[in-house]
Amino acid sequence: MTQDGVNKGRRRFLYIATGAMGAVGAVGVATPFVRSWFPSEKAKAIGAPVTVDISRLEPGEMRIAEWRGKPIFIVRRTEEAIANLKSDELVDRLSDPNSEVVSQQPEYAQNPARSRSEDLLVLEGVCTHLGCSPQFLPNVEPQSFDENWMGGFFCPCHGSRFDLAGRVFRGVPAPTNLVVPPHMIEGSMLTIGEDTA
Amino acid sequence: MSTNKPAFMQWLDQRLPVTNAYEKHMSKYYAPVNLNFWYVFGLLATLVFANQILTGIWLTMSFVPSADEAFLSVEYIMRDVEMGWLIRYMHSTGASFFFIVVYLHMFRGIMYGSYKKPRELIWVFGMFIYLVLMAEGFMGYVLPWGQMSYWGAQVIISLFGAIPVIGDGLTEWIRGDFLISGITLNRFFALHVIALPLVLALLVVLHILALHEVGSNNPDGIDIKKHKDEQGKPLDGIPFHPYYTLGKLPMIIVFLFVFCGVIFFFPEGGGYFLEHANFEPANPLKTPEHIAPTWYYGAFYSILRAVPDKLMGVIAMGAAIAILFILPWLDKSPVLSWRYKGWMSKTAIVVFALAFIMLSYLGGQPVTDLNTWLARIGSVIYFGFFLLMPIYTRMESTKPVPERVPAK
Amino acid sequence: MKKLFLSLILSMSPLVALAAGAAVELDHIETDITDKASLQRGVQTYMNYCMACHSLEYARYNRVAADLDIPEEIFAENLIFTDAAIGSLMQNSMSYDDGAAWFGAAPPDLTLVARVRGEDWLYTYLRGFYQDDSRPLGVNNSVFANVGMPHVLMELQGLCAEAPHAVSDRRFDPLTGNLITDGGCENYAVEGSQTKAEYDETIYDLVNFLDYMGEPYAKDRERIGWMVFAFLAVFLVIGQLLYRELWKDIH
Repeated sequence: MTQDGVNKGRRRFLYIATGAMGAVGAVGVATPFVRSWFPSEKAKAIGAPVTVDISRLEPGEMRIAEWRGKPIFIVRRTEEAIANLKSDELVDRLSDPNSEVVSQQPEYAQNPARSRSEDLLVLEGVCTHLGCSPQFLPNVEPQSFDENWMGGFFCPCHGSRFDLAGRVFRGVPAPTNLVVPPHMIEGSMLTIGEDTA
Repeated sequence: MSTNKPAFMQWLDQRLPVTNAYEKHMSKYYAPVNLNFWYVFGLLATLVFANQILTGIWLTMSFVPSADEAFLSVEYIMRDVEMGWLIRYMHSTGASFFFIVVYLHMFRGIMYGSYKKPRELIWVFGMFIYLVLMAEGFMGYVLPWGQMSYWGAQVIISLFGAIPVIGDGLTEWIRGDFLISGITLNRFFALHVIALPLVLALLVVLHILALHEVGSNNPDGIDIKKHKDEQGKPLDGIPFHPYYTLGKLPMIIVFLFVFCGVIFFFPEGGGYFLEHANFEPANPLKTPEHIAPTWYYGAFYSILRAVPDKLMGVIAMGAAIAILFILPWLDKSPVLSWRYKGWMSKTAIVVFALAFIMLSYLGGQPVTDLNTWLARIGSVIYFGFFLLMPIYTRMESTKPVPERVPAK
Repeated sequence: MKKLFLSLILSMSPLVALAAGAAVELDHIETDITDKASLQRGVQTYMNYCMACHSLEYARYNRVAADLDIPEEIFAENLIFTDAAIGSLMQNSMSYDDGAAWFGAAPPDLTLVARVRGEDWLYTYLRGFYQDDSRPLGVNNSVFANVGMPHVLMELQGLCAEAPHAVSDRRFDPLTGNLITDGGCENYAVEGSQTKAEYDETIYDLVNFLDYMGEPYAKDRERIGWMVFAFLAVFLVIGQLLYRELWKDIH
């Protein structure tokens, strides 16, 4: 057994070639294992768009729908609440009043009310901090955590506050506004999860 | 070499014998230079084992071990989980290939006398692996909860009922119910996915440790440790790595061709790897017209059926497995490999192998008079091979074994 | 080693399913699940005639629509007769107990029937109904004796007066060379709306669809298989070169 007279270059090349093929093979083998973790057809079917009848939703009322396992807040805002959204007193306290973080809402909801029509708010009820579901406190009244509460959402887990358009306050743990899911309104039917027919 | 190791390796070696282990089991484990292709099956068995573990873990992620949902969840894996069908076929095909490579690995051992002194313990550990593998395969086959799963389990568990006095109680205890049910499925699931694989992994480690202690046998049955050079390296030995690792790559790839060929083009293996009746959900009220165990238990099932008495049949089947364990002490030949044994041993090995293949085949066939008689002849050959071994290995004259590996 | 493995594999193939009535000769067909037009006709027949009793509960409507190139809206409008969503499993509204009470045995789910019975069995079975007044439903079947299923495709096929022959029974007159019988049904007790050839075609499409249903990913499987083979072939060449290079040290 001897390694004299071995063509080192050739051997080195073959080692590298074998290693490269092995790496390609490993990626190939890994593919089904990785891909099997994506949402299955069953998950996709369950996560398909949901349609809710909102004809009986009264101003000031909230209804919770479920889409992809998440609570979806559907709120009919009062005239007063809509007006409050634009008040300087509130806007000054917000971290992103103009919804400049585009990942948090579809383009059609990038407005002060963060909605397609001013009165109807559709939000994912999942706090952008650590995923708790915020409470709905719509009335303008002093709260233990906020003397000048103008109505909105309060997360009981870590005290994050959002206004009635899901915009986050300054100085709370949540970094961004609540997410507005893709949705569309046809007459009295609201479809969540889809925005083009 | 060890003097100019990278600092990190030095740091590691002082805390964990990494280099040591690498040298002991890879670069300075000297394997005989004359190992032929029969010596690839141990490596292949390890490869298939890894495949089973990996795909098995992924299958448990979507499988639901309950009588109501097991069948549905398998089809969920096959249809709704992205590429789930591939993972499942890798696992089901791997099960059959595990037995194929293990049978060839065992046959290699019989041909070249790898079970003989000083390798008795390697053989015994190997037999334990085989035994656990049979239990593992059986319980895994129950999980998809198809007709074959259900009725196969029904038949196999009923075998324990043949044991006098405790039989009936024992079968109820194994099933956890008066009949195979979801309760049985649940416990088999636990054993299949965690208990038995752990035992199997431990046994594989013991099998390899024992092997590396005494060193590999070879087709000539020559002890390469008798002749060493000045550094203590066997003259007829070459480092396991890279010659028998990277050097075996072509054979491994040829194996993968066959393995992938089945997975991608014949996943049912002609009804042997995935039985047709198992695509029908378990129905406790209707037995399929023909139940057969999976092909890899065929030989033992044939021996069972060859005996016209329930208890004696079960005993014969148990004995057929038990006798494998004492093989090292039945062979009285002074030589290891059949290359140097007499004509009787050579004939016996060939006839035994043919009988085993015939018995395996018959195990999947319906009972007819002819089949029963063939199974009886096969069973006699099976036991004769072992029981007569002390006689024919002592009687026959052997050829002298050379001191060194003969040059080709 | 390759040879050995191949002979091992070959020696074990093909174990044909011992389906009910294995003694009956089956008519053979070659299914082709890439024939989308055939599959589309098949799914149409299935949904109209079979689905009311036999669910396909392991499969989803949208998958079938996508695989068969049928737009989802068209599929939902024309082929879903329940209020199921397009993404849901293909269940029907017959409960297990009702089925058992009406037919003696609950009509089985047929998602995997092609893998249990084989295509030839299905093709022969679905063309094998004939009149038999001794049976409660007035029909019997040439491959599934005393079957509990009515002949739901009677309006298409008609009803054969006696057990149909296998296609291989096709016989010619030895003197004239004229066809005496081309197998299948020869006398009809009830005429159907399709000719014999048309009905065979309908059943071919239906069985083709069931074959697809058993393994909808079959074409993906083979496609990936060829890619894996190509990879292994290249790897084998490199592995063999490396093997020879390494073993130069020894010889």
